[in-house]
Amino acid sequence: MSELGTMVFGLVLILAAVGGAALVTWFERRLLGIWQDRYGPNRLGPFGVLQVAADMIKLLTKHDWVPPFSDKMVFIFAPTAIVVAMLLGFTVVPFGPDLYVIDLNIGLLFFLSMTSLAVYSVLLAGLASNNKYALLGGLRSAAQMVSYEVFMGLSLMGVVMLSGSFSLLDIVEAQRDQWFCIPQFLGLYVFLIAGVAESHRLPFDLPEAEHELTAGFHTEYGGMKFAMFMLGEYLGLILISCMIVTLFFGGWLGPWLPPLLWFCIKVFIVICFFILLRAAIPRPRYDQLMSLGWKYMLPLALFNLVVTAVIALAMQGQG
Amino acid sequence: MLKTEVLDNNGTYVDDLFARHGADVFDTQLTKDNIPTLWISRNKLIEILASLKKEFPMLLDLFAVDERLREHKPKAAKDFTVVYHLLNFSRCEEIRIKVSVSEADISVPSVISVWPNANWYEREAWDMFGVEFTGHPNLCRILLPPTWQGHALRKDHPARATEMDPFSLDEEKQAQEMEALTFRPEDWGMQEKTEETEYMFLNLGPNHPSVHGVFRIALQLDGEVVVDAVPDIGYHHRGAEKMAERQTWHSYMPYTDRIDYLGGVMNNMAYVMAVESLGDIKVPDRAKVIRIMLAELFRISSHLVFYGTFAQDVGQMSPVFYMFADRERLFGIIEAITGGRMHPAWFRIGGVAQDLPIGWEKLVRDFIDSMPARMDHYQKMAMDNSILKERTVDIGTYSTEEAIDWGITGPNLRATGMDWDLRRDRPYGGYDQFDFEVPVGNKGDCYDRAAVRVEEIRQSLRIIRQCLDNMPEGPYKSDHRLTTPPPKERTLQDIETLIHHFLNVSWGPVMPAGETSFLIEATKGINNYHLISDGGTTSYRTRIRTPSFPALQQIPLISRGLMIPDLIAIIASIDFVMADVDR
Repeated sequence: MSELGTMVFGLVLILAAVGGAALVTWFERRLLGIWQDRYGPNRLGPFGVLQVAADMIKLLTKHDWVPPFSDKMVFIFAPTAIVVAMLLGFTVVPFGPDLYVIDLNIGLLFFLSMTSLAVYSVLLAGLASNNKYALLGGLRSAAQMVSYEVFMGLSLMGVVMLSGSFSLLDIVEAQRDQWFCIPQFLGLYVFLIAGVAESHRLPFDLPEAEHELTAGFHTEYGGMKFAMFMLGEYLGLILISCMIVTLFFGGWLGPWLPPLLWFCIKVFIVICFFILLRAAIPRPRYDQLMSLGWKYMLPLALFNLVVTAVIALAMQGQG
Repeated sequence: MLKTEVLDNNGTYVDDLFARHGADVFDTQLTKDNIPTLWISRNKLIEILASLKKEFPMLLDLFAVDERLREHKPKAAKDFTVVYHLLNFSRCEEIRIKVSVSEADISVPSVISVWPNANWYEREAWDMFGVEFTGHPNLCRILLPPTWQGHALRKDHPARATEMDPFSLDEEKQAQEMEALTFRPEDWGMQEKTEETEYMFLNLGPNHPSVHGVFRIALQLDGEVVVDAVPDIGYHHRGAEKMAERQTWHSYMPYTDRIDYLGGVMNNMAYVMAVESLGDIKVPDRAKVIRIMLAELFRISSHLVFYGTFAQDVGQMSPVFYMFADRERLFGIIEAITGGRMHPAWFRIGGVAQDLPIGWEKLVRDFIDSMPARMDHYQKMAMDNSILKERTVDIGTYSTEEAIDWGITGPNLRATGMDWDLRRDRPYGGYDQFDFEVPVGNKGDCYDRAAVRVEEIRQSLRIIRQCLDNMPEGPYKSDHRLTTPPPKERTLQDIETLIHHFLNVSWGPVMPAGETSFLIEATKGINNYHLISDGGTTSYRTRIRTPSFPALQQIPLISRGLMIPDLIAIIASIDFVMADVDR
């Protein structure tokens, strides 16, 4: 792609990602509604899709309040960090063989580092709010994200070994014969769970945990700043879905249909799965989540790594 | 004449009591409910209550009465009376101990050393009547704000705002009120820090998504671990007991609906049964079965709300929507029968308001036929979920002894393995005609409390099916003269009924002077209306004993050392309604 083309595509991507995140909020509510024997937002526009616009207007026109007892600079900065980090994460996602902003040879690592940056947003919001609920939420998220980061990275190393590259384009190309979800099912399983924890959605929404901490780290946030957190969260959801598709389900690969469409269909299915998770599962306790992470997920990821390494070596020996 | 002969039944342990302490220590009083009612002097109080505890392990209720304006006063009564209502489980017997004090010397020894749950009851009696309990660790207001002037349930305290000066809140007063609400850990015996750690005090509530209404708990936290907790109630207090002294016996009915606002007619049940025992009214069979059917429908409705919010509070999003959808169908039936939904106020003194509508059988049958499959579905969705189990099994455990000590009744008591249900063990209002089982738990943890309620829904469905199949024919109201309103058809036939209709509808029925109480197994435990009639159209004193009140008092005991999410699970599992606590 030419430089201009990349810039245009980058711009389109930002708009698409933000618009997509907004649409997902509506879609999630409708889908949850269907599963829960109720309607969900169905009044504005066809199937209620304009609810998104109404929500935007509401959030934009709300009083932009910064609590006087908060650390003001950090308080305002925190919600932007998550959105920026998540949007940057999108730059390495290949939506088709030629549709990407940049093909970094360390694309996967770039994605991991961007999701790690998002932690700061939650952490800083919790600290800057100077509110006890927010503090507890921030504490929880720090612990949760730091530990889930560890095996999130580890779970992907199997994929890297099989494809021999950190570049996401190469990883997709390596799946022409077989999607990695089959040889790397353990990696997929661990990454799925870590992904939910990363985007802190139910059942891993402990940093906000409405029933315990009222709204956790964003208790003090309202209006657009609150909307930024929500945006970041839904961007995270889409980003994680994109990564799952890219790393395990062959990215844009698929017969007959154009690559971009294949990619979108797959991402859509993964998003539906995440929404189903939210609808179905209760929230574990904070210490239970931690022990799940360190006692089961980490060994599982390591086991996957060792087995993959042995097989990869054996195959190399043959070849 | 032996004093026990005054009391109709239950002579044996009263004889024992007389033999132990000497008969001249006691004064007896006849009550309409035939519960032995003994007056003693306050010097003997602790000694006698402590010896009674072996026989009557539960302090069911403790309240005061302002006797100063009462015309038909028992002979032992002075200005104020403190009543101790005790309950025995194996024989389902009760006893009332009364202590009378004069206004000038208004103090009674605290019985917290005998029953820990006396703590809040004594605070309430102090709050409402100014009775001082010597030896109470923290005798402060519990239902009314700390800055309240006077004692609200005294007869000389105004009952409506028009009898008081207009309310105004200037800045100075606002500052005072704010100051009075400041939480000082020292008042509750909590340290701000130790050598190792500095505690965080978290104010959970009164507005918090998981406290089910307006309920506040001040938490002493070490990280996320609850070191101690102080429940604070009173935010939902509406003076229901005071209102009863202004409303006629009949027009108080709608107020009872709103005590346990999820229980609907279940509250009416407790109230009308007590009024009927005052007036010696016998209710016809059809009315009894209708009442039971409605009460059980409301038990299901209340438990469905519990079930849904319980799952929601441990973080499961979906179940509550299914349960509310079922509850909605149930309200459809209630609406068809009574015209109301949550608060139908549909029971009447002497029967129910109307006969069942044509076609009610189909509505009820459709509902109870569809429910078992739905319940199986919910079992799979919520109760069998492994994360839900991890969150609730072995959390918030208490033993049967502790539960009894703290006045816990209903499903929360049965969850500890105590096989005791008033509907089966001392049937009232026609429950002896029904076939049902009493589910019990064994550990007394959050999960068991939920499991017991889930099974109770199924048992209630069973009872309703029996009502449906065996609904007796006949009148839905008693032809007793105190039935309010009396059957209308007959008022056009004879002058006698016309007069009663006129009086009961205009003034309200006049209940004969006397005292009574009536225990029922409500949705959340034992509900009891203690009514004192002075021979008028209104109650002289109405005391409402609710199951939620003691349950909240026990929260600190079972939540110490657990984490905040566990506390939320505990709050969800004890199933309280703030209106039922504060009244």
